[in-house]
Parts: sequence; C-alpha cells; structure tokens
Amino acid sequence: MPPSLPLTEPAITAKGLRRSFDGRLAVDGISLDVKAGEVFGILGPNGSGKTTTVRLLNGLITPDAGEMRVLGLDPVTQGDQVRRRTGVLTESPSLNEGLSVYDNLEFYGTLYGIASHDLPGRIKRVLERMGLDSRMRDKAGGLSKGMKQRLAIARAILHEPPVLFLDEPTSGLDPEAAEQINALILDLKRQGHTVFLCTHRLTEAERVCDRFAFFSQGRILAAGTKADLERRVDDALRVELEFDGAIPSALPGERDGQILRIAVRARAEIADMVEAAVQSGGRIVRVSPLTPSLEAIYFTLQHRSEAPHELA
Amino acid sequence: MNWRSIWAIARKDLKEVFANRSVWAPVILLPLILVIVLPVLLLVLPTRVPQNRMNIPDDLLPRLMGQLPVGLADVIAPLPPAQQISLLMVSTLFAPMLLAIPIMIASLIGANSFAGEKERKTLEALLYTPASDGELLYGKMLAAVLPAVALSWISFALYAVVVNAASWPLVGRVWFPTATWWPLMLWVTPAVAVMGLGLTVLISSKVNTFMEANQLSGLSVILVVALVISQISGALFLGVGLTMLLGAVIWIVDAVIVTVAIKTFSRSSLITRM
Repeated sequence: MPPSLPLTEPAITAKGLRRSFDGRLAVDGISLDVKAGEVFGILGPNGSGKTTTVRLLNGLITPDAGEMRVLGLDPVTQGDQVRRRTGVLTESPSLNEGLSVYDNLEFYGTLYGIASHDLPGRIKRVLERMGLDSRMRDKAGGLSKGMKQRLAIARAILHEPPVLFLDEPTSGLDPEAAEQINALILDLKRQGHTVFLCTHRLTEAERVCDRFAFFSQGRILAAGTKADLERRVDDALRVELEFDGAIPSALPGERDGQILRIAVRARAEIADMVEAAVQSGGRIVRVSPLTPSLEAIYFTLQHRSEAPHELA
Repeated sequence: MNWRSIWAIARKDLKEVFANRSVWAPVILLPLILVIVLPVLLLVLPTRVPQNRMNIPDDLLPRLMGQLPVGLADVIAPLPPAQQISLLMVSTLFAPMLLAIPIMIASLIGANSFAGEKERKTLEALLYTPASDGELLYGKMLAAVLPAVALSWISFALYAVVVNAASWPLVGRVWFPTATWWPLMLWVTPAVAVMGLGLTVLISSKVNTFMEANQLSGLSVILVVALVISQISGALFLGVGLTMLLGAVIWIVDAVIVTVAIKTFSRSSLITRM
C-alpha cells in the first residue's frame, strides 16, 4: 500500500515550468496541482510537452524557469529521492528483452533499494497481480505487446511508489489489452496511488481520470474536472429535442426524423429555445442537453487556441 | 555510492552480453585466434619451410638479439635462425598484440552497454531509477572492464601453455612467460582496457547505435598496431622498465579520459539526445 499524503497536500505542484531544447520551447509556463490519490490526465497530441513534463517532474532534466514539487520534494535538487518515490511507465516499455521477466524485475527492484530477502516475494506478488506469474522464467522479448506493457507497469509499481507516471500506457495495444490496462489504473487509484496519466486517447482518459489538463504546444489550454471543462465550452452546447409529430419548419438545426439538434451558446438559452419551439406549434416530448465528450471539448479549446482573438 | 546498485547494473549488463551472440562471439573468438592459432602458426610453420627460402634480412637477428635480456637470449641463441625468429615473435614482438584483447573486449561490451542500451530503448527506464549518474557509469564500466581484464589474463595463461607446448621440441623446457610479460599483463592490460572503454563511453554519448560506437572505439587498436610495428622495426623494445613506463603513461591518459567521461555522462545530456 503506498504511503498517503494528507488530503490537503498536493502530490505534485508545478508553477510556471518552462523548458526549451535548441531554442524550441517544449514546455511553456506550465502550472498544475495534482491531488494525492487522484488520476490526473495530461491530454494532448504527440509533441505537446507531456513527456518533457514527466522528465522535469522526475528530475531527469532541469527547467529553464519555474518551480515544482513532487511529494514535497524538489526534483532539481532531490531528484534521486523523488525517483525513489515515483514509478514511471515510459512510452515504450523499455524492457531488457534478452533477460527473463523475473530478471527484469529483480534488476529494477535492486536499483529501487528493495531488500534482497524481500525481493523474490515482491516480484511474485506483482507478477500474480499482472497475470504474468506463469511467464516468470520466459524472456521478456517473447511476450506479447500487452504482456510487455503489463510487465513494464509491474516494474513501475514493484517498489510501491505513492506516485505513478504512466506515459501513453495503452498506445499500440488492441482494445482488450487496453481495457486491461485501464482497469489496472483504476485499481491502482483504489489502492491510493496518485496517477499522472499522459495520453492522447481521450475516450479512455474520460473513463479513468478524475481531472484533466489539455496540453497543446507546451502550454495548458485548460484544466479541471470534466464539469469544469464543460463550462469552458458552454457556448458549444447542443440540445436534442424530440417531437411528437412534425418538426416546425421555422426552427433551425439538424433534423433526424422527429429529432432536432440545435446548438446553443449557453445553458440559459435552452428554456428560450423550448418556448420558441412550442410557440411554433411543435409538440415536444423530450429535451436533452447533449453533454460534450472530452474529445469535443478538447477540439473546441484547441481550435480557439489557434485563433487568439477568440480566447480573449 | 551504493555498491549494491553498481553491482546490479554490472551484472545485468553482463547477462545481456551473454544473451546477445553478436557481442559474445567476438569476445570469445578474438582471444582464441590470438592466443592459440597465431602462436601455433608462428612456431610450427618455420619448421616446415626450408631455411634457404626464409629471406631473413642479415641485420635483423643480431639487432633483435642484442636487445634481449640475458635469460631469453640464452634460450634463443642456440637455435637455427628460423626458429630464433619464431621464438622472438612469440616471446617479444608479439607481446603488444595481446593488448588488443582487453581493448577490443572493453570496447565491444562498452558499446553494447552504453550505445546499445540507447538503441534498444532501455536506457530511459534506467534513468528514471534512483541510481545516481555515478552509479550508472561505474556499474557499466565495471561490466566492461572486469571481463576484459579477466579474459585477457585467462588468454595470457592459455598463451603461455600454448607457447611452451609448441616450442617444447625446440627448447625442451618451460621458458615462457619472460619477465616483460608480467608488467604487461598486470599493469598495462587493465590500463588499456580502461582506455578502450573510456573512449567508448565518450563516443557512445555522440552516437545512437552499438555498431557505430563499436566501429569508432575500435580505432583505439591503432595503439597496439603502433607498438607492434615499433617492436618489429626495432624502434622500441619493450623491456620491463619501458613496459612499466608505458603503463604509467596509459594510466595518466585514462585519468583524463575517465574525468571527461564522468562529465559527459549525465542524465540530462543522455535523455535529451534520445
């Protein structure tokens, strides 16, 4: 069981993080707080600064500007202590494929300071949890892609770190293997781990994350819970009206049989719109505001970020 | 410095070497050729070639014999010229050639360990561990230097057996190794292993594949070639004193190379080049 922080203490904080490579800004003034015990999704396309942020927070690289803390420790000056308390799943599984499943874990367990007498038991338990105990003596290179990913997660949680960084954990996996990984992430959350999940699979993220930050070109476009993010795009809401009989011709919108979908600029407009439909002679039997998917919210915000005048 | 971590890294790298045939095959083959095939050819072939077809320059033997220590000269002098040349080759002129073993093995394992880890995309996970930069570097260096020196010493022992056995019909007693070989093996061999590895570490930080790193670091064998040529031409004769001095110079060069390597080997520079 990972040691937990007081609920008031964020597991990860970053303020104004900035880092460039050869004059190109990879991370541009990122600020975020990740609460202990939550799954925080960093969502964005490849090259948006997700991996660089993970590297900064683990002290692999130093920021050009800004401050950060992981479990109260400064990754710049206390990088080894931070890394002792974090587990990282890198974008590629990064396994030593010529070694056995057991040898891979034994090696990393030793580097993470697990006592020799404790190591075999820990390895056995984590492999059972990942469903890999029957493959313990097999070469890691002979495992399927999904199994390799599970082994890499086993490596990341072997030392029971309170904070986990998972970089594209379902990338390249088939739906069944991806589902297993997502179930595992929820399981880790239930056990009290704080999970920092980087992904560009928004549908999956919506199912496992408590809060989100949208990354684009090294910046955070928006952050918060799904409800917070929905409010950011209120003006892109759509409402579905179902009619008993014909849809009045005066009403605008997209028609599908007896169903009409209309875009509104704010939730407050819904009542006015229903009233207008009734006055036009329509007999409404159902009104459903359509909740935008995380994907729709992301693309709306992304589109606005590319048109600076719309952000103001 | 956490020695448990350092040993774990060294042990893991060695396991990977023996799991990869393209790495361990040359590690085994090179010493076998140098310590068995070549000395047997050098000692046996001259006995099969007529003396009048050997074309040995008139001044070569007196010049080389004049430089030999007394004990060795006593062994060689009574023999016919062709056999004299053979024994000179295996006992003296050939000595620097064996330095190719620690250089090549250290470079090969070092290239697999540093550039190979980048190529196999296994380095990133390693950099996320709490092991310090120093522990990562020393673990990897140990993985290359230990087998390089151990295999060189085993090769040397094997070479001594082969030379004595192959020359038994000529000499009739155990006469090898000569005095120069001891400092060469115990003092110079570890020094050249560290040198080959140090250059590999520096090169590996600039390239991304095992082959590139191995090919470039293999250039350090030039030192061996230069020593062999110097010996044969008579420009340099490795006696005990000169061998000790050569070792000291290489250790000084090592200190410089390793200092630069330590400065080059940092997480941030490695991760930004991935």
